[in-house]
Amino acid sequence: MPTLFENVWNQHVVVAETANTPAVLYIDLHLIHEVTTPQAFSLLRSLNLSVRRTDRTLATMDHSTPTTPVSSFKDLAVVGESAVKQITVMEQNCADFGIELHGFNSAHRGIVHVIGPELGATQPGKTIVCGDSHTSTHGAFGALAFGIGTTEVGHVLATQCLLQRKPKTLGVDITGALPPGVFAKDVILALIGEIGVDGGTGHVIEYRGDTIAAMDMDERMTVCNMSIEAGARAGMIAPDDTTYQYLHGRPKVPKGADWDAAVTRWRTLPGDDSARFDRHVTIDAAQLKPKVTFGTNPGMVIGIDEAVPQANDTSEQKALDYMQLSAGQAMSEAPVDVVFVGSCTNSRLSDLELAADILRGRKVAPGVRMLVVPGSQQIKKDAEARGLDQVFAAAGAEWRESGCSMCLGMNGDTVASGKLSVSTSNRNFEGRQGIGARTVLASPATAAASAITGHVADPRPFLRDDV
Amino acid sequence: MTPLTHIRSRTVVLPTRDIDTDQIIPARFLTSTSKEGFGEKLFHDLRYDTDGNPIEDFVINTVAATECRVLVAGNNFGCGSSREHAPWALTDFGFQAVISTEIADIFRNNSLKNGLLPIVVDEQIHDWLLSHPGADVEIDVAHSTLTFDNGRQVTYPIDAFARYCLLEGIDQLGFLQQHSDAIVEFERRYE
Repeated sequence: MPTLFENVWNQHVVVAETANTPAVLYIDLHLIHEVTTPQAFSLLRSLNLSVRRTDRTLATMDHSTPTTPVSSFKDLAVVGESAVKQITVMEQNCADFGIELHGFNSAHRGIVHVIGPELGATQPGKTIVCGDSHTSTHGAFGALAFGIGTTEVGHVLATQCLLQRKPKTLGVDITGALPPGVFAKDVILALIGEIGVDGGTGHVIEYRGDTIAAMDMDERMTVCNMSIEAGARAGMIAPDDTTYQYLHGRPKVPKGADWDAAVTRWRTLPGDDSARFDRHVTIDAAQLKPKVTFGTNPGMVIGIDEAVPQANDTSEQKALDYMQLSAGQAMSEAPVDVVFVGSCTNSRLSDLELAADILRGRKVAPGVRMLVVPGSQQIKKDAEARGLDQVFAAAGAEWRESGCSMCLGMNGDTVASGKLSVSTSNRNFEGRQGIGARTVLASPATAAASAITGHVADPRPFLRDDV
Repeated sequence: MTPLTHIRSRTVVLPTRDIDTDQIIPARFLTSTSKEGFGEKLFHDLRYDTDGNPIEDFVINTVAATECRVLVAGNNFGCGSSREHAPWALTDFGFQAVISTEIADIFRNNSLKNGLLPIVVDEQIHDWLLSHPGADVEIDVAHSTLTFDNGRQVTYPIDAFARYCLLEGIDQLGFLQQHSDAIVEFERRYE
């Protein structure tokens, strides 16, 4: 019995791989953004090629775009001459090649990995690529979704296909009920801490088990999103009723009888218990604590109440030095300068609700700057309809327009050198959030608790009964 | 792409583990719309101080490094983002090969499409390379061999198709386009 991955792979093989040639794999959905596409469009122009399937290509702008609060989109001021050019080039490329772009005037603009699912463009069984490593997010729907480089973006634009070697499979079984204060982000940080930032290299992960089955789609996306942080090619979760309920009625999903036919087809995608993986890992979710990173890659993870471990080698010592942390120090001793709630990992409505629940009636500690950046304009609107923006404002946090923002600081939203940021994003690499910025990755709950206390904080004392 | 058949060079060694693509080329330089000029930004935040002056003892800034074609890096090189700007920066600086014990998937794919050869060696060879910065090495792409000046030779794994494309300087888009009939037929069946 094939695995979910193998089922999806097999359905998209145009030309089978041989010892000397890779497979030609058909791509159902190509998501594009402004940063990794200009050189690919330049190639198309130089070869006088068109985009083969504009109907399978969907564009937005998220990385270089400002998130400063404005009353109208025309007031958005892009930071930097080259960013302005990049955004202008994107608009021109999409217009010239006939691609649907959710730019500044679209109510659906947002982080590419947030709007794909939101529009229902992300569907079970699809092959989805994007010039962005966090394309793994879409695997939460049972799609085979992975990041590609700009040359490959050009290949997909021109041919709707990619040359690929079939990756290996890694089964990750996660079982047990999540304890209070432990969320999807803590689960995936625990896995990366367990297998390391190269633990998934060459593999597609399939997340299974009752913990995953109990998660809603927002949580599943958080898990799949960080598959790349374990080095994996992609992460996938078998589609089920939770998936179908999420998708039903969204703009780009089939309607009426076509919907029923699609669900019938999607139900055949998952592998069964006889599916065999090349490797296997298990996680006991019931034993997990809230997790934070202490170093400069997402595999350097500890429980929130644990002390910073000893460095095992010079690379780890270099990481501790950069983070200005010492072995034996409790993470809760680390003072916080910035808190960022956002990114394709944790910027969906339930993430914002979680942070707001903790902040409600409380204040961001003096001296701490807290940014809350919704993943899309639609999420922003939904959050405002629920009054979350008021909760954040009352607490002293900044409520912003959507975008990638401080996850990678391309748009002017950066953390100053030496400052410590508790961030719900996905990478704590040196300089990721700004030159010299020190990043601690955490769940939205841990981020909110840290904002209130002014140091890296355990969210559990701040949980409401209904959380 | 220029064919890549032989590389003979001294090595530059960056022993740090898990060097990610944000280290190779920080995100703030990704607003460019061309592939040119990333070499001077390579390893930018490790290489320059906050005033933009080169940090003298950082190995990439040494005169010898500018003539080296082979980078030896700590375990797991190129993890993180899919930015092809990382191999663009490395090749623009002058590198033609990167050696480590593990190389991240997307970075490896991107490198092979830009004439940058990713080489994975075992820990013993890696340890020797790390402890002998500036060692003379010769790479024979056709035979997938890495030869040291003491005469020792090892073979490294590489996908046959990727090797063929490097040797011939072939653009893989052309190969995909040769399958256009099969793609049309697939779409007819599939949709």
